[in-house]
Amino acid sequence: MTEHLAAGAYNFAYLDEQTKRMIRRAILKGIAVPGYQVPFASREMPMPYGWGTGGVQVTAACLVPEDRLKVIDQGADDTTNAVSIRRFFQRTAGVAVTEATGQATVIQTRHRIPESALKQGQILVYQVPIPEPLRFLEPRETETRKMHELEEYGLMHVKLYEDIARHGQIATSYAYPVRVEGRYVMDPSPIPKFDNPKLSGNPAIQLFGAGREQRIYALPPWTQAVSLDFDDHPFETSKAPHDCDLCGAKDSYLDEVITDDQGGRMFVCSDTDYCAGRRARGMKGRLWAPEPEGAA
Amino acid sequence: MTVMGKVVATEQPLLKVEGLTKRYGPRIGCADVSFDLWPGEVLGIVGESGSGKSTLLSCLAGHQRADLGRVSYDGRDVLAMSETERRRLSRTDWAYVHQNPRDGLRMGVSAGGNVGERLMAVGARHYGEIRGKALDWLGRVEIAADRVDDRPSAFSGGMQQRLQIARNLVTSPRLVCMDEPTGGLDVSVQARLLDLLRGLVRDLGLSVIIVTHDLAVVRLLAHRLMVMKSGRVVEQGLTDQVLDDPQHAYTQLLVSSVLQV
Repeated sequence: MTEHLAAGAYNFAYLDEQTKRMIRRAILKGIAVPGYQVPFASREMPMPYGWGTGGVQVTAACLVPEDRLKVIDQGADDTTNAVSIRRFFQRTAGVAVTEATGQATVIQTRHRIPESALKQGQILVYQVPIPEPLRFLEPRETETRKMHELEEYGLMHVKLYEDIARHGQIATSYAYPVRVEGRYVMDPSPIPKFDNPKLSGNPAIQLFGAGREQRIYALPPWTQAVSLDFDDHPFETSKAPHDCDLCGAKDSYLDEVITDDQGGRMFVCSDTDYCAGRRARGMKGRLWAPEPEGAA
Repeated sequence: MTVMGKVVATEQPLLKVEGLTKRYGPRIGCADVSFDLWPGEVLGIVGESGSGKSTLLSCLAGHQRADLGRVSYDGRDVLAMSETERRRLSRTDWAYVHQNPRDGLRMGVSAGGNVGERLMAVGARHYGEIRGKALDWLGRVEIAADRVDDRPSAFSGGMQQRLQIARNLVTSPRLVCMDEPTGGLDVSVQARLLDLLRGLVRDLGLSVIIVTHDLAVVRLLAHRLMVMKSGRVVEQGLTDQVLDDPQHAYTQLLVSSVLQV
């Protein structure tokens, strides 16, 4: 059935060729001006806004038949959003898919950067809800564009100031703004600030697509992206102060899972591929128990 | 510290305005306005509603583009300046106090953040120092230090106006434009605000252009006075001279219209 639909009903990767050309032009412009939000004529996609319509369009424009696609949602390969988008491209593009970070050529992600280091030649596509880092401080689009144009980024620090004044520390823990190559201030999409250091100097191409807001921006390989901070309140990453209960990893970003109504909880890697890979290599966490025979 | 201590003697005025004209289609906003403003001087602009006072001020501050004329600040042509430069000036060397503090403040940001914004805009990146300066300035405009983390929406009208002044003066500007700074405040609050302004102007050696329709305000603050009617300057001179011996019919009307209590 997959073959039939891919061959008959849809153009390769759903979008028509002219649309893909238009998106590729926006991507190229974004790569030429790192961190700059390039407007593009975002299309209606067969999924609701907020499900990653921007990322899907960017992925569609990047895919070639030889690609191997991985889709993650909050680090996991097996959540609704990831499964739907992966299946969407299996049907419409017929490309190979994988859950292994190392084997994928294109990775579409929602709100995480994979734990395993990316390589040159890989493309990481982010789904972005609100591309404008200044939006919540300055509601006028005309004004924020002017501020980007004139590099007036003092307002970004006002937000961080408010954080410290109210919480004693920079409480922004996701969508933490970065300055790209000393020029544009960019919203890295709602990734945890734990992932911010991985944005900078990454060998992979990082593309950001915002479908509803009709913006594409990019970080070319090896681009510097500095997280904003104060001299006396430097940028710090944060994660739950635990080890993964399944694989024992100390260095990965963790999800908290409530296990009963008695206060029981466990912490597991949000990157499912990373966690499974470690377990396959024999590493075990506090609560790891192999599945009983015949359970699956 | 006296005015003389802060102001460096100079050969040229701080602000030189020549033949400034702004039209709204066929209507005149202000026409052919010329004046010089010297360092440490306070210039009052009075006139009835619709006489072009606010238009003139917003042209000077770069909020609107003048159609004709020249404005030079410190020897530099303001109208020919690039927008980057003009906006930098308006963040550092200039200040603009709006009539309604809601226009000049960020209502969703704490008082400290409001005062610190200009500092951060010019590159301050040390939280402790920014906060220290914000507290210092809140003190100077008589806002208690424990209100530093409150939002301006929790402040009274008079406090909001004082906060706006602190926010503007924190980068030690040399030129301050004020558009009816006492409008909408009750008289006792007005009196305290004027007192404060007079002290700040004197201590910091500010050059101020103050637009108002309240003659008492200019009597207290302004060294020189300009009277506008229908977009044109009808009379200018020393404040006392203009108010005590008005020459133009309109100025005479204006002065005689003030209610005596």
